[in-house]
Amino acid sequence: MSAPLTLFEKIWRSHEVLPESADTPAVLYVDLHLIHEVTSPQAFTVLRERGLPLRRPDRTFATMDHSTPTRTEQVFGGAPISVEAAAHQVRELERNCAAFGVELLGLGDARRGIVHIIGPELGLTQPGKTIVCGDSHTSTHGALGALAFGIGTTEVGHVFATQCLLQRKPRTLAVNVHGKLPAGVGAKDLVLAIIGRIGVSGGTGHVIEYRGETIRALEMDERMTVCNMSIEAGARAGMIAPDETTFRYLAGRPRAPQGGAWEAALEAWRQLPSDPGARFDREIDIDAATLEPMVTYGTNPGMVMAVGGTIPERTGDAVFAKSLAYMGFAPGERIQEHPVNVVFIGSCTNGRLSDLRTAASVLRGRKVASGVHMLVVPGSQQVKREAEAEGLDRIFIEAGAEWRESGCSMCLGMNGDLVPKGHYAVSTSNRNFEGRQGIGARTLLASPLTAAACAVRGRITDPRELL
Amino acid sequence: MEPIRTLRSRTVVLAVNDIDTDQIIPARFLTTTTREGLGRHLFADWRFGPDGAPRADFVLNQPQSSGSSILVAGNNFGCGSSREHAPWALTDFGLRAVVSTQIADIFRNNALKNGLLPVIVEPSTHRWLLEHPGAEVTIDLDTTSLTLPTGETARFPLEPFARYCLMNGVDELGFLLGREAEIAAYETLRAPA
Repeated sequence: MSAPLTLFEKIWRSHEVLPESADTPAVLYVDLHLIHEVTSPQAFTVLRERGLPLRRPDRTFATMDHSTPTRTEQVFGGAPISVEAAAHQVRELERNCAAFGVELLGLGDARRGIVHIIGPELGLTQPGKTIVCGDSHTSTHGALGALAFGIGTTEVGHVFATQCLLQRKPRTLAVNVHGKLPAGVGAKDLVLAIIGRIGVSGGTGHVIEYRGETIRALEMDERMTVCNMSIEAGARAGMIAPDETTFRYLAGRPRAPQGGAWEAALEAWRQLPSDPGARFDREIDIDAATLEPMVTYGTNPGMVMAVGGTIPERTGDAVFAKSLAYMGFAPGERIQEHPVNVVFIGSCTNGRLSDLRTAASVLRGRKVASGVHMLVVPGSQQVKREAEAEGLDRIFIEAGAEWRESGCSMCLGMNGDLVPKGHYAVSTSNRNFEGRQGIGARTLLASPLTAAACAVRGRITDPRELL
Repeated sequence: MEPIRTLRSRTVVLAVNDIDTDQIIPARFLTTTTREGLGRHLFADWRFGPDGAPRADFVLNQPQSSGSSILVAGNNFGCGSSREHAPWALTDFGLRAVVSTQIADIFRNNALKNGLLPVIVEPSTHRWLLEHPGAEVTIDLDTTSLTLPTGETARFPLEPFARYCLMNGVDELGFLLGREAEIAAYETLRAPA
C-alpha cells in the first residue's frame, strides 16, 4: 500500500509534467489561468515581443475587476470612467483578449465580478484543479479543494506561453480547527485569529490545509473567506478538502461538469481528501469555541485582537510604535467605542451573498450613524442581482448606505473609491496596510457583522450588542 | 537580462519589518500597462510628502544612499500582493539585492525573474547589517555568500535553477518552451479536462 498523501500532495503529483530535481524545479501544469486587467498587460507584451502564441486560450479566462468603476453610469455607459489610466487598462484587456482568443467577461457583462468571486460562482473553480492568477488572493479557490495560488506577471507570461510554471514544492501546514464558533463570530473572525496566532509570515513557504469539524461545518462562502486570507499569513495557498458541501455548491453551475461527466467528476473528487495518517510538515490547533469578534488595530492583518480587547504594549519596538502612530492609537488602549468614519462591505474576502445578508441583517430597520459613509459593493454582478432579488439593496439604501456595481473597489482604491486621509474605515477586505485604501487612510479589518454594527453605531462595536 | 555574478555596494538600511508591496509601490501606480519607469514611484508614500516634495528624513532621499544597490530591510520583506511592479520599481530605482531574514514567497519569485537578488541571512548577520548602514558588502553568486567588511562571510540559500538563470543572464521561459514535448505528452495522457 502506498504512503498516505495530503490533499495538496495528490494535486501536486497529478500535475507534475516533470518532477523537481536538485537542479531544476518541477514543471507544474496549470488547469485554469484566470487573468485581469492589472497584472496581464505586460505578459501579453512578452508574447508579442517573442512572437509566441497563447498556448491554451481554452484554459484561460479573463475578467476585469481591480481598477473598474463601481458607479452604474461608468460601468454601463453614460459617463466616462473617471480614472483615465483605468479606462486604458480596460481597453487594453479587451484588445489583448480579442487578439489572443481569450474569453473575457467585460465591463458590461452580466457575469462579471471580482475574479475570485466569479471563478467559483461560474463553476470554473473545481476540486483537484491547479488554478493560478496574477493576484495573491487566488488562494480563495482552495476552498473548493483546488491548489490555487497567486503569481507575478512574468509567470503569467509563462502560463500564457506553456500552460506551465516552474515551481519548487512548498511545505504543508495543517491548521486544525475544533469546537463550535460562538454566536456573532464568523469565518472572518476565525481567519483573523489564525493570522494573529501564526503571524503575517507564519505560513511563508507553506500551503495551508484547514481541517477539523469547525471547517467541515462552514458553508462554501465562509470557507472562501478563510482560504482567501491565507496569503495574509504568508501562505501562497490555503485549501479545504472537498465534501458534500462543496459538491452541493458546484452542482448545476454553468461551467461545472454536467450529466455523466458530473458523476465521473464526483468519483474523482471523493479521492482527493488527505488520507488518514497523512503527514504535514507542521500542524497547529485552534479552539473555535473561545473566539470572539475580531478587529485589527495596526497596519498588518496580524495586528489583531478581540473587539473588546486592549492594544498590547511592546516596549522598544519602534516599528510597532510607528504602526500605532499611523493608526492614531496607543499601546494599552481599548478601541471599542472609538469613532468610525467609513464602513466598506465587499471585496474577494467578504463580497459574497451570505456576507451581504449578514450585513443587511444588522441594518434592517436601522440607520447608518450620522457622519458615517457606508459603501456596499457586491463581489459580482450575480451577487448583486441575487441580493436585489432578496431586497438587500433596499435595506442598505434605506439605512443610508451606497449600493454599487461589483468590483475590488475600496479594498485597494485603484478605481478612485478611496478612504480620505486620517479617516477610520472598518473594512471587510483583507489588508490594513498603510495607504492601502487611500493615502493616510486608517483601516480596521473586521467581519461583515462587525462592520455593519460599527456603521449603525458610528463607533467600534462588538456586534453581539446588536444581535 | 544581464548576467550577475557578484555585486559590491554600500547598503541602504530600512529597518522596518513586514514591508508590504503596497508600501513598495502603492496601488494607484498599477494602472500602467508597461513595466518601465516605476522607480519614480518606489516607496512613494514614504519618500514624498503630500506636496510631492521628497522627505528629507527618508533614507532613500539622503545623499549617502545615492548609488547604493543593496537594500537591507526588516523581516518578511515584500509581503502582500503579487504585483510584480514591486521588483520592477526596485530595479528601476537601481537596487539589485534585498537582504532580510525572511522574504515573502511571491515577491521572492518575482524578484528572481527580474535580476533582483533576494538574500536571506541569519539574524546575527542581519543585526550587524542593521547596525552598520552604508557598510560595503559583497554578494557572490558563485559561492552564494555575502561578505561583510569585517571579512565575515554568510552563506544564503538560493534555488539552484534561479541561480543558474541569474548567473547566465537567461530567463526561465526558454527552459519551459524547451519542454514542449513533455507538456504536449502530459496534455494528451494525463491532463484533466
